[in-house]
Amino acid sequence: MNQIPKLRPGFRFQWEPVQNAHVLLYPEGMVKLNESASAILSEVNGESTVAEIVERLENRFPEAGALEGDVCEFLDDARQQHWIMMV
Amino acid sequence: MSQAQESRAQVGPPLWLLAEVTYRCPLQCPYCSNPLDFAQSDQELSTEQWVSVLRQGRAMGAAQLGFSGGEPLVRQDLPELIAEARLLGYYTNLITSGIGLNEAKVESFREAGLDHIQVSFQASDPELNNAVAGSRKAFEQKLAMARAVKDAGYPMVLNFVIHRHNIHQMEDIIDLCERLGADYVELATCQYYGWAFKNREGLMPSAAQLEVAEREVNARRQTLAEAGSAMKLIFVTPDYYEVRPKACMNGWGSLFLTVAPDGTALPCHSARLLPIEFPNVKDQSLKSIWYDSPGFNHYRGDSWMPEPCRSCDEKDRDFGGCRCQAYLLTGDADNADPVCDKSPHHDRILAARRAADHATAGLEELTYRNARNSRLFFRG
Ligand code: SF4
Ligand code: SF4
Repeated sequence: MNQIPKLRPGFRFQWEPVQNAHVLLYPEGMVKLNESASAILSEVNGESTVAEIVERLENRFPEAGALEGDVCEFLDDARQQHWIMMV
Repeated sequence: MSQAQESRAQVGPPLWLLAEVTYRCPLQCPYCSNPLDFAQSDQELSTEQWVSVLRQGRAMGAAQLGFSGGEPLVRQDLPELIAEARLLGYYTNLITSGIGLNEAKVESFREAGLDHIQVSFQASDPELNNAVAGSRKAFEQKLAMARAVKDAGYPMVLNFVIHRHNIHQMEDIIDLCERLGADYVELATCQYYGWAFKNREGLMPSAAQLEVAEREVNARRQTLAEAGSAMKLIFVTPDYYEVRPKACMNGWGSLFLTVAPDGTALPCHSARLLPIEFPNVKDQSLKSIWYDSPGFNHYRGDSWMPEPCRSCDEKDRDFGGCRCQAYLLTGDADNADPVCDKSPHHDRILAARRAADHATAGLEELTYRNARNSRLFFRG
């Protein structure tokens, strides 16, 4: 929870109006993200810890309840896909 | 709704834009995907014309942008084009042989906002690399540039074009990439268009060679995964050894838009060889090219398909394969890609495989991609 997730070099997260979605861009590739993945990645800035990210998301989406499980699961998955690294 | 609007609704945006900014290149790879008669096409788009293409593409939804060629570094306005592209919000990829690159340029591209540089190699050792590239100093330069790219904080993406003369080097190539600290390694066996089609007999690996290479790559993938390495091996095998064709470009005019050096817009970088008229960005907006031009609509959907594709239940999966391959191997671009074993022309693929088992041609017998050879093709 004290680890700081950061996008791997060469990865970019951005809003694409034409696709009406956030995407993750990387060398010669692009994934269209669903809403929860976008919400989490929008808080990944290379400075905030996982705990801080969870807290901010819980504030942003009070109706969603506890988010720690979902966030950790997603970040774990993103790390295995080598989208992000933990510093 | 007018008919044009209706069809526009079904056709998705071109998410991928490939800007082939020039056909000029200091190397002479015998598998180059440029047209055989590239030397005839010397009217390159101006900086302003490229900027306009970039703006139009981005407004239509293109997010990935590749600068390729030829050797894109030959264009003096490349930093300007990169800066414009980045400002527009593209993810910008530079696909280069590394020749003509230096530390200062890498740095200036970084400042301009370039996202990724892919350096292509011809082999894992200097002799073979330089023989294939038709240049004596290419290898050292490439090594230095791969390192410079990494030092500047880019992901390191290395591309090796694989053929019968280097496929035995798979282990060495992967070793080299590990030493360099590559993030992505593309081991791309030649696709037989352009110069590679001309040289197919001298390039295509045999089934036995391919089997060994696949085994080696898979074993290394496993070791890398076990070691927690982030280096990713992408092995593109030749479709000549498949029984179903690839879903070429993810469907004609569905995601990819290529603009050639002279402004010709193409659904794929080799489509120029087809007997179809393609529009030019000098005469028409990119939007009307993508949605309304006969060239781009030619093979959309499936109503153009003859048998066996027409009544095939797999047509939504592979769209009948590659039009260029159908044309090169059967003389009619409407036909099923002969890679498919349902195609009545599949015997041509089988014949190429048999030829690959017995091929003896050395590197020196290949036709190298240079202006002199290109002019011969134009006349011939
Ligand atoms: S394949 Fe070789 S010859 Fe062709 S553009 Fe690339 S580096 Fe130049
Ligand atoms: S017959 Fe045509 S559509 Fe069917 S699998 Fe073969 S190439 Fe694809």
